[in-house]
Parts: sequence; C-alpha cells; structure tokens
Amino acid sequence: MTEKKAEKYIDRRTFLRGAALGLAATALPLDKADASFWEAFFQKYYREMNEEEKKKVIQRLEKEYAQKYKKEIKVGDEKALPGVLFGYGLDLSRCIGCRRCVYACVDENNQSKDPQIHWITVLRFKKGEKFLDLEESEKYYNPSQVPEPGYFYMPVQCQQCENPPCVKACPTQATWKEPDGIVVVDYNWCIGCRYCMAACPYGARRFNWTTPNRKPEEINPKTHYLGNRPRYKGVVEKCTFCIQRTRNGRYPACVEACPVGARKFGNLLDPDSEMRQLIEHKRVFRLKEDLNTNPKFYYFFAYGR
Amino acid sequence: MASLIKNFFIAVRQIFIGNTKYYLWVGFLLFLILLGGSAYMSQAQRGLIITGMRDQVSWGFYISNFTFLVGVAAAAVLLVVPAYLYNFKPIKEIVLFGELLAITAISMCLLFVMIDMGQPLRGWHILPFIGAMNFPASLLAWDVLVLNGYLAINTCIAFYVLYRLSIGKEYKMSVIGPLIILSIPWAVSIHTVTAFLYNGLSARPFWNASILAPRFLASAFCSGPAIMLILFQIIRKVFKDVDIDDRAIFKIAELIAYAMAINLFLLGAETFEVFYSGTIHEYPMQYLYFGLHGKAKLVPYIWFATFLNVTAFLLFLLPKTRENYTTLNMACVFVIIGVYIEKGMGLVIPGFVPDPLGEIYEYGPTTPEVLVTIGVWATGALIYTLLLKFAIPIYTGKLRFVTKGQEGYRSPAP
Repeated sequence: MTEKKAEKYIDRRTFLRGAALGLAATALPLDKADASFWEAFFQKYYREMNEEEKKKVIQRLEKEYAQKYKKEIKVGDEKALPGVLFGYGLDLSRCIGCRRCVYACVDENNQSKDPQIHWITVLRFKKGEKFLDLEESEKYYNPSQVPEPGYFYMPVQCQQCENPPCVKACPTQATWKEPDGIVVVDYNWCIGCRYCMAACPYGARRFNWTTPNRKPEEINPKTHYLGNRPRYKGVVEKCTFCIQRTRNGRYPACVEACPVGARKFGNLLDPDSEMRQLIEHKRVFRLKEDLNTNPKFYYFFAYGR
Repeated sequence: MASLIKNFFIAVRQIFIGNTKYYLWVGFLLFLILLGGSAYMSQAQRGLIITGMRDQVSWGFYISNFTFLVGVAAAAVLLVVPAYLYNFKPIKEIVLFGELLAITAISMCLLFVMIDMGQPLRGWHILPFIGAMNFPASLLAWDVLVLNGYLAINTCIAFYVLYRLSIGKEYKMSVIGPLIILSIPWAVSIHTVTAFLYNGLSARPFWNASILAPRFLASAFCSGPAIMLILFQIIRKVFKDVDIDDRAIFKIAELIAYAMAINLFLLGAETFEVFYSGTIHEYPMQYLYFGLHGKAKLVPYIWFATFLNVTAFLLFLLPKTRENYTTLNMACVFVIIGVYIEKGMGLVIPGFVPDPLGEIYEYGPTTPEVLVTIGVWATGALIYTLLLKFAIPIYTGKLRFVTKGQEGYRSPAP
C-alpha cells in the first residue's frame, strides 16, 4: 500500500527537474543521442542519489570505461568510516625534492599524461631566504641529482582544509568535504566554471583543459567514484588523499612512494595515531594559517638541518 | 487570431525592411558571429586548451569581458536615477534606450559565462530546485540570480512600454513605476555582487580589498554612460526622427566627469595602501604597473588605460571640451577603452599573478579566444540593432500593431 503511494508521488522538485530537462533536451545535438549520453546528461547530483541510483550510475560508468579503455575498471563507492578524520604530515627536514611522490600520485590516480596533470607540486627554495609566503618558490627546478646543496624542498598538494574556500565558492555544490575530511569532486556534476581554482589559496586544483589522455595499459583499474576514476574534459580535479586506498585502510600512494619517509598519514581522531603523536610532539605548522582555512596538512621538522 | 497573425507578419517584416547600409551592417555582424561560432566549435571539441588560460591563470579574456559588461549593464539603467530624482525630462525620454542596452549587455554577460564553462551542457546544475545551486554560500550563485533577475526586470519594463505604445496607448507608471524603482538598487546589486565574487576570495590579495566594489561602481559609471553617449548620437543620426536633446548628452557627460573623479581617487587610495605598506601583497599590482621578475605583459596596457582615463576626465570636466562634439566623442572613446582595460584584463589577470604558489604565468588571449570574443560582441551588437529596429519606430509612432481600435502600419526604411 505504502509502496504504491510512493510510486505515484512525485515531489515538486522532481517534477520541475523533469520539465526543465525535457525542454533542455530538445536543444541538444542529435548525433550523440545514444542512451548512454542521455543517461549521463540527466545524471543526478551524487549526494542526492540513493544507493540504488548510485549503483546504476556506477554500472553505466564501468561500461563506458570498459568501452573506452578496453579493460575492466572498477568504480568503488566506499563511504567514510565513522570516527575517522584524515590528516597528513610532511617532514620538511627529510624531503629531498625527488618528486617520486608526484609520479606515484600520477600512476595511482589516473591523471592525464598528455597534457600532464600533477596533483602534487614540489617547490624548491634557497636556504636562508624567506619561504613561508611561497613567493620565491621555484617549481621547474631540474638538477641531475637531488638534494642540491643550498636548497630545500616543500611539496604542496590539496591541504584538505576543514574550512575549504573552494567548497564555499562552487556554485553547484559539485565539490564538498566528506565526513572523513576529504574534499572531493563529483566529476559528473562539475560545470567547469573554475571558481574553486580562483578560491584555492594553495593552487591545488587542476582543470582538464582538454580530454585527458592516458594509455589504457597505464590506467589504474581500482578506482573510486569520488577519486581516481577517469575524468572528463572540462572538469576540475584534485588530490583526494587517495580516497580509493585510504578508505580501505591503505596509505596514500605518495606516502608509500617517499624514499626518505618524509610523508606521514593517519587518523586525527585516534589518540594513538602517528599523526596525533606528531602534532603533539613536534612543532608543526600549516600553510597560510592567517587565512583560517584550517588545513589538515601539517608541515614539520623532525630534526635539525 | 487573425490580428495575431497579421501582427506576426508586421513584426517579421520589420526585421527585413531597411536600406543597403542596414543590410551591410547586419551582414557584417552575421559574418563576425559565424567566425566566432566556428572558433567556438573548435573550443567545444578540443576544450578550453585552445585558449591561453591554464591552471595558474584560470580565468582570462572571457571573464574580463564579462566583468566589463556587467558594469555597462548596471550603468545603463542608473541613468534612470537623475531622470526620476530630478525629473530631468531630456534624460527621461531616452531611458528606454538605456534599458535596451542593459538587456543587450546582460545577454552578452551570460554568453561570456557560457563560453567560459568547461561543461556548458551541465549549466542546469546551477539552477535552483532543478540543479543544486549553492546558495547562499557561493557568490557565483548570487551572481546568476541577480543577473537573471536584472535581465527579467529590464525586459519587463522595456517590453511593457513598447507594447503599450505599439497598441497606441500610453504606458501606466502605476504598472512599471515600482519596477523602475526596483531596477535602481538592482543595478547597483549586479555590479556589487560581481565585485564580491572576486572580493570574497582570501586566496587572491589583489581582489581581497574592500575598495573593490566601490571601484567597480565608479568605473561602471564612466564606461556605461560613455557607451550610451556614442549610441545616442548614432541613433540620432540613423533614425532622423528621434530627437535626443543636447542637454541630456551634456548632462550625462558631466556625470561621467564626477564618476571618473571618484574612480581615479579610489584608484589612488588603493595604490597608496598597496605600495606604501609594501607587503608581499603588492606583487600583483607591481606586476600590473611595473612588471615582476621581468614579466611585464600588462604594463603598457595599464599605463595606456591610465593615460586615457586621466585625459578623458579632463575633457569631461571642462565645459568647453564637454560641449564640443569632437572632444566629447574623443573623451567617450578614451573612457570606454580605458575602463575596458582597467576593469577587464587589468582586474582579472593580476588576481592570478603570481599564483598562490608564487609562479608567474603570463597570460595572453589566443587567436581563437579573440575570435570567440568578437563573435559575442557581434551578437550583442546584433541584439541591440534588432531591439532598436522595433523600439524606435514604435517610439516615434511609425510602427503600430493591429488591435480592435487601430489599424497596424509599419515604418518605412530605414
């Protein structure tokens, strides 16, 4: 009885949506009018889908990816675990500027390789010069060997702010902070206005200026809907603390790749976690603290030099 | 029903009657639109990579033009203020042309936003109820609301007035009076919200200064009316039966002088604050006016704009040059170009230079980007031309629609 009622009931929002989209549909190109195109076009906002709808969307995406890359790509949808708030630590006294984290990240997260998209930027500074305001940074350093005498390095990526300016800026709510503190993007909801990029104080967001290009054999088939699944032309992407790994109890790829152990990761709500140890026993700082973005990305110096 | 069909043909015919000059003009605009359209097709196919924008400078020429045009739209209607406040009749009669300019400018703004989007087909995501509008947190959501609201208000006013005139009746102030009153603060709001869009970003010290919104308004009060002055003279020349009083033109010119004085003062205030305190937040302005680390692409433009603005200020200020059409028109062109540089690229690009990680990426629009932009401007010119094609004969009583009480007739060429 109640089920029948639910079927009949169409709320105003759904009705309006249907009516408006019906109108919009008439204005669309016909040659692309296959079922998948329309399903993608009408796809709802991730946070407004129920589990059933999410499942269907993920099935469609997996089918599309299989067609495009000729291999099976799994799109996960693991939820945030209760009692978890992810935090990141970066030991500036250890970092040697080798950029292995940058490329491990690219391998893991299916970024475009042509043009190249990197989620991590390693900045180089001259020792003895001011560095905290980042104005004197060098990003295109290219020595034959690292570390170079007289320089030190500072990797920057999404700082996963507790008070993220990008989320506030997004006009469609296509980017938001998950309960475990990760700021994510729904690549099927982003309209590509790039207001979030203007709002980010850490230069952490990347735009797909053209269709992302990556060889099928280089695609990492283990993906997450909100993370490393293949992206589209015209949408924004960013570091997600490797959501597809960390929600399954693994470390982010950059943490595993770091040859000097400069990268730390853990649950800020767990008093015994490495992150909490670090925050309580080392002198940590965060970038641009005056902006009150409250990042969960902590820089520290484990030892001198 | 019969009269409806007749009126439809009267309206359609109105687009096609015109002399050779009219056809040449429309043909020229259509050619430019086609050119821009083809450049846009390649952008739609290959993505925004065909523009000069990159992650470091993620907004460019499109958004610069958008910003400038919001100012034009706002100022076109603010002419209403003196007209009704002081009941200054010469201006009151030409308010309609301002409304039509506002409609045109807003349409162009919306086009510029659309062509800047990476996923324009997903535009509906931003709508309330249908999409997931991030209101009130996102200033871009606010901007969508106020710009579309402004378009709606002005369309209502202009079309109501024209409709009443076209059926041979006087318009009722009791109907549009409240709308006109509403349109005044609304005009202020569109430019304020657009300023806040930049102003609210703590990541960008160049924009994150509270003087931004007042500067926006002051400069809009210069460029908008200057465009109107030029248009009035063209209208007067092309449609010989439209009478635009010289006094209205000189009054508006005087208003521009005051607006420019405020604009220059606010610029001076900002320049002082930035350069005297000399914190690292001066880098964007240093990049704009003097260049930074040898990168100085914008420097000649901004100095050229400053020169134009100051010269135009003097020309508008002195009654002798203000009331001489040669110097007046010179001043108008100076102000339009000056503000176009200052409130276009001069405002948007330094916000991104240096980027938050200290990199200096020198942006310049690419050829396709310029072509698309020209296409949008041509579209705007076409919209305004067609609006005038209806509005002026109705306004002068040469075009009337068929109703029970009157027989329809059309205007002769042009």
